[in-house]
Amino acid sequence: MKILTGNDLKSGAVVWWTGYDWSIHVEDAVDVGDQADAILQREEGARRVNASYAIDAEPDGERGVRPAHIKDRIRALGPTVRPDLTLKPADPNAGNWVI
Amino acid sequence: MYRYDQYDQAMVDTRVAEFRDQTRRRLEGKLTEDQFKPLRLQNGLYLQLHAYMLRVAVPYGTLNSAQMHVLANIADKYDRGYGHFTTRQNIQYNWIKLEDAPDILADLAAVEMHAIQTSGNCIRNISSDQFAGAAGDELIDPRPYAELLRQWSSFHPEFLTLPRKFKICVIASETDRAAMKLHDIGIRIVKNAAGEIGAAFYVGGGMGRTPMIAPLIRDFVPLDQLITYSEACLRVYNRYGRRDNKYKARIKILVHELGKEEYTRQVEEEFAHLLTQGIEPPIAELERIKAHFTDPAFDQGASDDLDLSDPAFALWVARNTVAHKQPGYVIANISLKPVGGIPGDASAAQIHLMADLAKEYSFDELRVTHAQNIVLPHVKKADLHTLWQKLDAAGLGAANLDTVEDIIACPGLDYCSLANARSIPVAQKISQRFAANGKTGELGELKLKISGCINACGHHHAGHIGILGVDKKGLENYQLLLGGCEGDDTSLGKITGPGFTEDGIVDAVEKATEVYLAERAEGERFLDTYRRIGMEKFKEAIYA
Repeated sequence: MKILTGNDLKSGAVVWWTGYDWSIHVEDAVDVGDQADAILQREEGARRVNASYAIDAEPDGERGVRPAHIKDRIRALGPTVRPDLTLKPADPNAGNWVI
Repeated sequence: MYRYDQYDQAMVDTRVAEFRDQTRRRLEGKLTEDQFKPLRLQNGLYLQLHAYMLRVAVPYGTLNSAQMHVLANIADKYDRGYGHFTTRQNIQYNWIKLEDAPDILADLAAVEMHAIQTSGNCIRNISSDQFAGAAGDELIDPRPYAELLRQWSSFHPEFLTLPRKFKICVIASETDRAAMKLHDIGIRIVKNAAGEIGAAFYVGGGMGRTPMIAPLIRDFVPLDQLITYSEACLRVYNRYGRRDNKYKARIKILVHELGKEEYTRQVEEEFAHLLTQGIEPPIAELERIKAHFTDPAFDQGASDDLDLSDPAFALWVARNTVAHKQPGYVIANISLKPVGGIPGDASAAQIHLMADLAKEYSFDELRVTHAQNIVLPHVKKADLHTLWQKLDAAGLGAANLDTVEDIIACPGLDYCSLANARSIPVAQKISQRFAANGKTGELGELKLKISGCINACGHHHAGHIGILGVDKKGLENYQLLLGGCEGDDTSLGKITGPGFTEDGIVDAVEKATEVYLAERAEGERFLDTYRRIGMEKFKEAIYA
C-alpha cells in the first residue's frame, strides 16, 4: 500500500494522510493508491503540511499500518533511544515494532 | 570573553526581526517552502526526522553562565527538556515549533547569541581549542583571532553562497585538540625562527564522504595579514570550487584536483593582490577584541594541594582534569557520556547546574568541546572536590574522558533525516559493554567515534576506532574502521572489511580491544599498537 507522510507546517510534527486530514498516528494512514501526487500537491498548496512524500507500507494487524522502511517507522513512533518521548511511552513493545 | 558592541547587537537584533517577518509570511502562505527553506536554514532551522531542529552557534565553543542558562531555558520552554551538544561545539534542539523559532532567536539575542551560519553554504561557526586561554602548551590565546574571523565571516557578502559549507578552525597550542587538519581551513598560530608570531595555514581538509587531511600551504602568515590570507583562500575556492556536483563541491576536492602547489600559487597571487587593497581590519579592532580575552583574576597564592583520598574523586581527577597554565588551578572536563547515556545530551536541569557551577567555580566561563563534552576552564584545585560532588550528584560525574566510554556519536537515524542507521544505540551498548567488563581503565586513551551516515558528523574517519552506519537493503549495518586520529599525527581510519549488525559491531569493537591488550608494547595506546602491527591481526580476530 502507498501512504502519505510529511511534517505539520507549524509544529513540524510528523503527520500521516487519513483520507481527509492529517493525523500524528500512523495507524490512521490510508492507502492512496495512485492518487499520491495529486493529494500532495493540493495539501502542500493548502499550507497544512511540509516536506510531504509517499512511502510504501503494509497492513499491520491491530496496529493498522507499518511503513516499509525503518526511517519512517522511527518517524512514526519517535526516537528509539527516548521511549519517553515517543507516541507510545507506556508500551514496552513499541520499540520492537520499529526494529 | 568577547561581549557584543552596538554593531554586533544591531546585526543580531535586525536578523531576528527579519526572520520573525519571514516566518509570519510563511505561516500566512505568502512564502512557499521553496522560498522559505533557505531563509530558515540561514537561521539554523532545519526540518529533521520528528520536527524542526534549531542549531545554535557557540562561537569557538566559549560561553558564559547567563548564556548557558538561556540554553537551558530554551530546552525547557520550547523543546522537550534537553539539548544536544554537537561535534561542532554547538547545541541543537530537536523538537522546535516553527511558530516559536523567532521568539527563541530573540531570547538568544538577548544574551548575545544566535543561530546564524549554522547551516547553508557559508562560513560556519569558527571552532577552536576547548582549552584556549587555560592550557599550558599554548603560545597565545587563539580566541581573539577566532573572534576576528567570526566578525569577518559574519554576513560577508562575497562568501554567503559558497559552492559548499566552509569550516575554519584556529588553534595556538602544541597539541591539536580541535581536529584542525580536518577543517576546510585549519590555522595554527606559530612562532617562527625570528621569534615572531604568525599563522600556519592548512587548507583542504575535511571528513564527509571524501575524507582528506589538509596540506600545509603556508607555514607563516603574519598575524596582521591573517584575514587577508583567509580571504585569498576563500576567493580562489569561491571562484573555482565546483558548483555542478554537491559531492565534489568542498574545497578539499578543489585542492586535491588542482594539486596543492597550483592551489597555493593561485592563493598567493590573490593574496598579493589583496594586500594592495587594504582589507585587513585595523589593529585597533584586534586590540579591542583582545581586551575581552585577558586572564581572569586568578588567585596567585592558590594551593596546588589536592586531597585524593576518595578513590572515586581521584579517578575523576586523573581522567577528567587537565593541567592549567596557572598554578593552583585545573581545567575540569564534564563528561556528557554517562554509561548507557546519549552522547552530548544534557537535560535543562543539568545545563542550569553547569551554568551555576561555572559562575561559582570557573570565572563564569564554559566551553563546549567537539567531543560533545563541557569544560570548566579555570577551576581552583581547592574547589575541585566540591565541584565534583555537585556534578556527580547530578549525573555529570562520569570519569571517562578520552576513554572507550567517551564516545562521539552523531544523532543518527533516531533524529537525523540524512542518516542511514542509528548511532546512539550503538554508543550506548558499547559504553555498557566496557563498563560491565571493567576494561575501560586498562584500555587507556581510546577514541571511538560513530556516524550514522557517510556525512561523518560523528567523525568516524578520525576515531582510533570508527563506526559508520550504512543502509544495507533496508537494514542497518555498521562498518568498522581502525587507525583514525584527529590530533597532531592526523590519520584516516581504514575499513576492516564486511559490516556488522548492531550487536555484531559491539562484539567486533570488543575483539579489537582484546587484540590491542594482547599485542601492546609498554606505554602504547590502542592507536600506537594498531600503527605498529597493522590491520591483519585485528581482522583475524574480528572476523574469526
